[in-house]
Amino acid sequence: MSALGHYLEEEGIPTVSISLIREHTAAIKPPRALWVPFMLGRPLGVPNDSEFQRKVMTAALSLLEREAGPILEDFPEDAPYEDLGAEPEGLSCPVTFPRLRSEGTLAERLSDEIAQLQVWHDLSVRHRGRTTLGATGLSPQAIGEFLVSSLSEEELASYRPDVGAAAALKLATDELKAYYYEAKSVQPGRHSPAEIEHWFWMETSVGQVFFEIYKKATRSTDPTMKPLATVALVPRTVREALKARDAVSASR
Amino acid sequence: MVRLSDLLPEEQESHLSKVPTLQPLPGQPWVRGKPLAQRRVAIVTTAGLCVRGDRPFDSGGAGMDYRVIPEGTYAADVIMSHVSVNYDRSGFQSDWNVVFPLERLRELVREKVVGAVGAFHYSFMGAIAPITLYEGKARELAALLKEDDVDGVLLTPV
Repeated sequence: MSALGHYLEEEGIPTVSISLIREHTAAIKPPRALWVPFMLGRPLGVPNDSEFQRKVMTAALSLLEREAGPILEDFPEDAPYEDLGAEPEGLSCPVTFPRLRSEGTLAERLSDEIAQLQVWHDLSVRHRGRTTLGATGLSPQAIGEFLVSSLSEEELASYRPDVGAAAALKLATDELKAYYYEAKSVQPGRHSPAEIEHWFWMETSVGQVFFEIYKKATRSTDPTMKPLATVALVPRTVREALKARDAVSASR
Repeated sequence: MVRLSDLLPEEQESHLSKVPTLQPLPGQPWVRGKPLAQRRVAIVTTAGLCVRGDRPFDSGGAGMDYRVIPEGTYAADVIMSHVSVNYDRSGFQSDWNVVFPLERLRELVREKVVGAVGAFHYSFMGAIAPITLYEGKARELAALLKEDDVDGVLLTPV
């Protein structure tokens, strides 16, 4: 981000950057930056709060009018608390909570889980007027089948001619995760991002499938699989917990 | 809400370990400009966004290219493909403005706080190292922004 600001400015375009990691911005010294004390992934602070977003936006844009730099300023406010689980008004879902199935193969449990979340995902789309799914062109069930097949296939075939197998696997995992997150976020209850993350990785079959894909990627000698073993699949924050859980079940 | 010191130790370590590899880039460019109310502003993000149907970003590392998001694009048409999973995506799923504040920018233009919105916005994928890999595409982008008379760019990371 800071490098883009530097190069654009060098070419004559004034820039201001929002900074999420102050230490990185301070090291690179781009022309103008506003550091914000927000969660990574949320440079404007909080979703669905236009007033707060506007404060951040005007604080950042106002730095364009300064006379000299480099400037690294701190935004003075924390992001307000945001409850992702606020139940949409005027919309009702026709089913009760899905009960996650504990018997059957991992593939069967995954398929069952995806099917049970469909009504919640439909509700999320109605509530938000959009979905972030769509990069793969596959249905959630088809993504699930592709992911399960990746665990046993030696030579995984991509479902898109323009992307290789590892990139297809990455797109598929991101999209199925978004399906789960979007569905979960409209279920009754309070859902902070951390709670949804915990649910996804520790309580669902899809979390188990993802961790199996991660383990397979760590053993792979194919360099295109390396991102799945590092930054692209299992967040650093949950990796150790999953390994610990794995060790406990292996010792039983 | 989250400062580096608030993160889990493994996250802190990961971000702090990059600091020694980061240096100020040569020169200290600084372009003065008009008051904000007379500027034409575009958004450039490193969130790995693209318009639905456009080519997603490749997690294999060739991520220093960019995607074009034309002004007038609706929220429902923008999706995310980013190599990293080490940041929150639930915010973007709930409201694209938390990453790509195009509706806020349009409001500021309607209220005459900002002069105009650029005809095109752009997205890169972040998490590319070394950061000098962005140079070629950034200079290419600067030429496009100039053609569009953009004289203010808001850069948003994830």
